[in-house]
Amino acid sequence: MNLDPSQVTRQQVEDFLYEEAALLDAWRLDAWLELLTTDAVYRVPSNDRPTADPKDTLFIIADDINRIRARVTRLQDKNAHAEYPPSRTRRVIANVRIVGRNGSTLEVEANFVVHRFRRDERIREYVGHYRYELRSEDGRLKIARREAIIDAMELGSLGAVSFIL
Amino acid sequence: MRFQVHRSTLVDPHILELEQRRIFEMCWIYVGHESEVRAPGDFKTRTICGRPVILCRDNKNNVRVFLNTCRHRGTVVCREPEGNAKHYVCFYHGWTYDRDGNLYAVPGQSAYPPNFNKGEFGLKEPPRVASYRGFVFLNFDADAIALEEYLAGAREYIDLVIDQSPSQQMEVLQGTQEYDIRANWKLLVENSFDDYHLLTTHSTWLNYLKSSGVEMKRPEKGHLLPAHGVGKDLGNGHAVIDNVNFRGRPVARWIPIYGEAAKPELERIRAELVARLGEARATRVADTNRNLVIFPNLVLNDGSSVTIRTFHPFAPDRMRVRAWAFGPTEETPTARAVRLDSFLTFYGPGGFATPDDIEALESVQAGLATYREVPWSIMTRGIAKEGEQLNTDELHLRAFWVQWDKLMRTGGAE
Repeated sequence: MNLDPSQVTRQQVEDFLYEEAALLDAWRLDAWLELLTTDAVYRVPSNDRPTADPKDTLFIIADDINRIRARVTRLQDKNAHAEYPPSRTRRVIANVRIVGRNGSTLEVEANFVVHRFRRDERIREYVGHYRYELRSEDGRLKIARREAIIDAMELGSLGAVSFIL
Repeated sequence: MRFQVHRSTLVDPHILELEQRRIFEMCWIYVGHESEVRAPGDFKTRTICGRPVILCRDNKNNVRVFLNTCRHRGTVVCREPEGNAKHYVCFYHGWTYDRDGNLYAVPGQSAYPPNFNKGEFGLKEPPRVASYRGFVFLNFDADAIALEEYLAGAREYIDLVIDQSPSQQMEVLQGTQEYDIRANWKLLVENSFDDYHLLTTHSTWLNYLKSSGVEMKRPEKGHLLPAHGVGKDLGNGHAVIDNVNFRGRPVARWIPIYGEAAKPELERIRAELVARLGEARATRVADTNRNLVIFPNLVLNDGSSVTIRTFHPFAPDRMRVRAWAFGPTEETPTARAVRLDSFLTFYGPGGFATPDDIEALESVQAGLATYREVPWSIMTRGIAKEGEQLNTDELHLRAFWVQWDKLMRTGGAE
């Protein structure tokens, strides 16, 4: 992979996001953590404030790297009842765009549809877009910021965001 | 000694219909907080007891609640979730209301008969609207007792929450958590102040606290949790658990999760509390936390942060929950960030605890399909004890259910 950020192609970014989606759908969460920088953040804003800052606005999720790791630890525990037995998810990532290049970082946006299945429950479809900050580190792309913005006006029947969206 | 709840109360659609008449239309129901509408014309639209309402400020800066329906044919006149309105214009035929709710313009008014009087057709208000310490409630029963009397012992606990603000002004922060739970609404009442479930349902959250360096003592004899806490009946169906804090508080008990950088700020907040309220009251504010249920469907959880949570049933097995964070108006950016971050460690649909509560409630509801074969739920913890009841006992749950039972038996017209 060419990792001069000014030269990274959309196809390389797509390959990276598809790989991430595959790890998450397979619940290979430790491998997923390897894709993150050591200062990564993961955020899901509240539906009615999709572009706000978690310092002054209530989010659904606003994790720093420590909280992300704690979230993974929790999700791997059978006592994370909301995700035990783990739901099955299937992510479709599309409309991937490199929207900014800044030194060693790339700003990337992509659409997502994440289907979530649990026994005896209706399918839940989380639809929205991702905003990523990708950074090149040690010859690899890494995720420095990952925001999942849900299109629904409220979570409503989606219920919780108990898995990694 | 027995205290059993018949499970049909959690599944039967006829019970829900009766609850709408005898509880939701007879009690004071939370609409919103005054801080959510600050200036004349500011509004939020909400659905309260199935009715669309507008919470807003009128031209005289009074907080008002209007039923969101055009007097002409019924259309919802304000269809945006929030904003600032000069007028409320019904888009269907153009009837226009001013901020005070008066009918202001009617297109083609000359075709109405001479006795048509615009003054009769302002936006309707619920029969009663009142507020306590900024919390705005409505009541569909014109003969209801006054709000302050209704709140009874809950007022003391609302006051205690507000004491964390130096100016006694708290505000709802932006960002709404709005989600459905496929369970009966009364299960969320129980869950909101049931500390008996903490160890088993929330072991992953407790592990997170421990691994983050939060000190947790072994429970004392007769206790399940690391700190002492009691359950109290506050009258009129309101109740509270009142706990010695072990989980940290943005105002003001530092835990390692908040980060070293926030420590001086929390010390400053604590010093302000002591200076303003005295040591005893400051300790009460900072070192105890409380989960307060205001009958029937308002919860103030003043724990890892402060959350206002309210919920309305759509069906016996489904409710819509709305929750907000609540903090002192004058809070510094550092303290505000701690408050919001601390909120997310436990509460909300992406927190480390609430999703497991949702799962618990939905698992209960699934199990209740057997209610004809297994008709009774057991709620007797602590019932044989004299005196103090613990937070892991069930006195406070019983207080809710006793009031529910009283209203359902003797309440208003069907």
